[in-house]
Amino acid sequence: MADFTMPSLGADMDAGTLVEWLVREGDTVHRGDPMAVVDTDKSAIEVESFDDGVVERFLVEPGARVAVGTTLASLAPLDDAPTKVPAARSPGAATTPAAGPPARHGHHRRPHTPRAAPPPLRHHAAELGVDLTTLAGSGPDGTVTRADVDRAARASAPSPLPLQRRAEPGAATRPRPRRASPYARRLAAELGVDLASVTEVGGDGAVHAAQVLGAASTAVAPVPPPPPAATSPARVEPPPKPRGTGASRTTIAALMSRAKREIPHYYVATTVDLGPLTEWLRRSNRERGVSERILPAAALLKATALTARDHPELNGFWVDRAFVPGDDVHLGVAVHVRGGALVAPAIHRTADLTLPEVMAALRDLVARARSGRLRRAELADPTLTVTDLGDQGVEEVIGVIYPPQVALLGIGRVVERPWAMDGLIGVRPTVRLTLSGDHRATDGAAGARFLNTLEERLQHPEAL
Amino acid sequence: MTSATVAVRETTYREAMRDALREALAEDERVFLMGEDVGRYGGCFAVSLGLLEEFGPERVRDTPLSESGFVGAGVGAAIAGMRPIVEIMTVNFSLLALDQILNNAATLQHMSGGQVHVPLVIRMTTGAGRQLAAQHSHSLEGWYAHIPGIKVLAPATLEDARGMLGPALEDPDPVLLFEHGTLYNASGPLAEDAGPVDIQRAVVRRQGRDLTLISYGGSLPKTLAAAETLAADGIEAEVVDLRVLRPLDDATFTESVRRTHRAVVVDEGWRSGSLSAEVSARITEQCFYDLDSPVLRVCSAEVPMPYARHLEEAALPQPEAIVAAARAVVG
Amino acid sequence: MTAKQTPKGTRAAAHRSDLLRQMTRIRVFEERCVELYSAGKIRGFLHVAVGEEAVAVGVMQALTADDAIVSTYREHGHALARGVPMDAVMAEMFGKATGCSRGRGGSMHLFDVDHRFYGGNAIVAGGLPLAIGLALADKMRARPAVTVCFFGDGAYAEGEFHECVNLAALWQLPVLFACENNLYAMGTALERAQAETDLALRAASYGLASWPVDGMDVLAVEKAARHAVDRIRGGGGPCFLELRTYRFRAHSMYDPERYRDKAEVARWRERDPIELLARQLTETGELATDAREAMAAELATEVEAAVTTAEEAPLEPVEDLTRFVLSEVGP
Repeated sequence: MADFTMPSLGADMDAGTLVEWLVREGDTVHRGDPMAVVDTDKSAIEVESFDDGVVERFLVEPGARVAVGTTLASLAPLDDAPTKVPAARSPGAATTPAAGPPARHGHHRRPHTPRAAPPPLRHHAAELGVDLTTLAGSGPDGTVTRADVDRAARASAPSPLPLQRRAEPGAATRPRPRRASPYARRLAAELGVDLASVTEVGGDGAVHAAQVLGAASTAVAPVPPPPPAATSPARVEPPPKPRGTGASRTTIAALMSRAKREIPHYYVATTVDLGPLTEWLRRSNRERGVSERILPAAALLKATALTARDHPELNGFWVDRAFVPGDDVHLGVAVHVRGGALVAPAIHRTADLTLPEVMAALRDLVARARSGRLRRAELADPTLTVTDLGDQGVEEVIGVIYPPQVALLGIGRVVERPWAMDGLIGVRPTVRLTLSGDHRATDGAAGARFLNTLEERLQHPEAL
Repeated sequence: MTSATVAVRETTYREAMRDALREALAEDERVFLMGEDVGRYGGCFAVSLGLLEEFGPERVRDTPLSESGFVGAGVGAAIAGMRPIVEIMTVNFSLLALDQILNNAATLQHMSGGQVHVPLVIRMTTGAGRQLAAQHSHSLEGWYAHIPGIKVLAPATLEDARGMLGPALEDPDPVLLFEHGTLYNASGPLAEDAGPVDIQRAVVRRQGRDLTLISYGGSLPKTLAAAETLAADGIEAEVVDLRVLRPLDDATFTESVRRTHRAVVVDEGWRSGSLSAEVSARITEQCFYDLDSPVLRVCSAEVPMPYARHLEEAALPQPEAIVAAARAVVG
Repeated sequence: MTAKQTPKGTRAAAHRSDLLRQMTRIRVFEERCVELYSAGKIRGFLHVAVGEEAVAVGVMQALTADDAIVSTYREHGHALARGVPMDAVMAEMFGKATGCSRGRGGSMHLFDVDHRFYGGNAIVAGGLPLAIGLALADKMRARPAVTVCFFGDGAYAEGEFHECVNLAALWQLPVLFACENNLYAMGTALERAQAETDLALRAASYGLASWPVDGMDVLAVEKAARHAVDRIRGGGGPCFLELRTYRFRAHSMYDPERYRDKAEVARWRERDPIELLARQLTETGELATDAREAMAAELATEVEAAVTTAEEAPLEPVEDLTRFVLSEVGP
């Protein structure tokens, strides 16, 4: 039995109101005959029957608002015997809806009330801790104005609202959240720099990459508790990784001051004939591609590393009044970074690397140091640092040891000098090597021995 | 960079575009040029000068002032197998044909479930800088770049003026070509055998490591000039020419920003809701963790273009503003 | 049966019977769509052509398979009369993947390129420039096709109309402008929209051969259309037919029809094009009552089958959403 349902009369119609019936129960209707008037919130429309039949029973009263698809009346097929017409029902067609067009939502006139405060004003009030409902508005119709809110805020005592920007007790001790660029944060994480301790900021008050790079430029921080005394000295853990150090030059200044204050430095120096090395490098580089050529700096590092292995008393740390040897030789290489910063990251297990590997590691380390992509381990692990200022032009470097290391090797520029060899005068490429030593750990004799070994190794470059 | 073996000719942007038109008309009889004053007048900007005499009135077709009519006619002709190049004198007049461009050209393929293709090319002159006042100075490339179903190109160099039209004609979908009015007289060397260019990629016009400047069309020369000024101060700016405004080649400019960590977008449109906002949003979406500074934009002031010269210059993006923005992001 | 029994007479009778059938087919289809829309099966906007069947059927008699058609959102009759399969049209109304536009277009965007049926346009007068372009291509390629452009009295007010009749006359394009004047542009009566309501007369002023036609008499429409198309094909230039007709139902499904009174509708219903022809055929004895009933039953069955097929047809997968915006294969 096909029923007469509330039709969809538009794309946005979900429901309609039955205004009046145009037929009565019991009437015969044909396809196309108007059945009812429906109101769709926009206007009233006559709706037709799509079937032939007899109107059996109205299921919805005029005035009712029902969803599209709701059955409004049941229809009996035409060839059935006429069905019972419910006796008690009054004829539908003459019924007029109770009070004219059904009430439409939202069309009533509102009572005359003050306008609600707009969101910006509500936000402003919240920030100042002002309760809008307690205010008498001075605007039209009693509307609350910004001036009303400000006046109320001034009058009341400051209340501890989270958004409040005014000073409150304890505010001075709570750290101001530091703004940092996304890239700066990422760098800080990669370099092990504690962002909260970076005091320098860029022109806009935020921490940028440059400030983080500066902070990462210093070497190892003061070491916390030493390894247990019971541990065999031959195999000692390197000191626990230090936390990120702090800002740039300020921290370098602090570190170097401490080094000078605490470490009794001694210095030994020697001039070394670099002829055999440079000659050997020249010959072996001829067989290498340009990008694989070995520079003297790499050879010097390798030689130093081997020497450090020969003299373990200079390869390690002064920790809590005792010397702790390093587990291996990790030479720190001092690198100058743009912005005035200095980093001295480690080449791990330098003595085990071949000369080409040392060269590659050096090149890579310098590049990454300059672009701020060093790893935490590299900053934390040097057991002995080399500072090669040869390309800066000085002949001799008398450097400051990086605590808690116990020695620093300084290398000057290669200088052509008159040289006496086997009683004959010649001109040789020479370099000045200076060892700074921590007198608590070793004495000048140890330093001298170190340099002698180094010099010896440099005379036999093929063994590097 | 030219080598001794490649012949090079001093050319203007206008001549390069004319050569492209000539080549297209000569090589494919389905191609024809249609628009106001393209024939007898020789083209409002003299781009099609001489082509009527060379190819005749059927191939170089003057139209009445009926933008909607002849742009829609271009759509219909493209559907029916021709390869029309419709010239709308300037983007300012394209507003009269917006319905045909958006509701027909861009949309017919989709509405028909893929049956109808519209291989139409529409060329328009765009931009300000010649004191033509408010109704003749719009830069609406950003509006068009908003529409799915079309491709939008902005040739800023001689190579692109010469080489973009051919691939645009071969494209099976509508392609809009925007020619900035101040570029027509730009001159320089162009290889004699300069040919079709890629119409999908943005290009790095100048390499740099400190920040990325992103621009297109008439703003490209100003951006390059700003980069030179910055270089004198040791700030090396990388300059990216978008070339293709839809679909945007964000792979190129985000790769650049990931390297330089800083970006400034230069766009002659009004800032609000401009193409530069889209570029900036994509950089934020894709390069957030590499950004050392917020992405800044240098756009036209939010004012209808004034006639007085000093006001127009103040309203448009200028190298000084680009330099200032660059300094701000570098810090 | 007293109708002429000569072969020619038989053919003519068969033709008239076919005309009745085609119009009835459209009527049954449209009425069923009204019901389906009320039941929520068809969504969006629905504009039915009840009362205007003679225009669609009559004009199509003059066309060949090579001719092209551009229509409006009140296009179901045109599509069916053109031969677009009913299943495809019904499925399109249901938004199914088997629809003639893959379900992407809906009631207002029926496309069938195989039948040279180019939509379906929801922008009043939006299709006219398209028709100009299709005809331009045919003319440039020396193809003998004619493009028929259907539009209403409402479109007559749009600038595109005037641009397009001028272009057609100026360039002597093979276009038949078929203006379905049903006296109302949605709710605005013609005399409230046009200072001069003799549309055929005004069209003639553009240089088109133009004449009014009784749009409720399918035989008159056919005759006029053949005459116009022959003229166009013979090189006589574009033509304009003002097809005076009436829609018995509202503008769209939602329309309280406050702008016209029921008496007027009733008067026009007395000239129902289907009843007019049926009466004529009955009087000449060509059409028997049972033949008509049989025809109606067959058509009802055909429409029901199309509904069932559409109900059971699949939807496009959501993953395919962004397809058919740009072409997927090269030209």
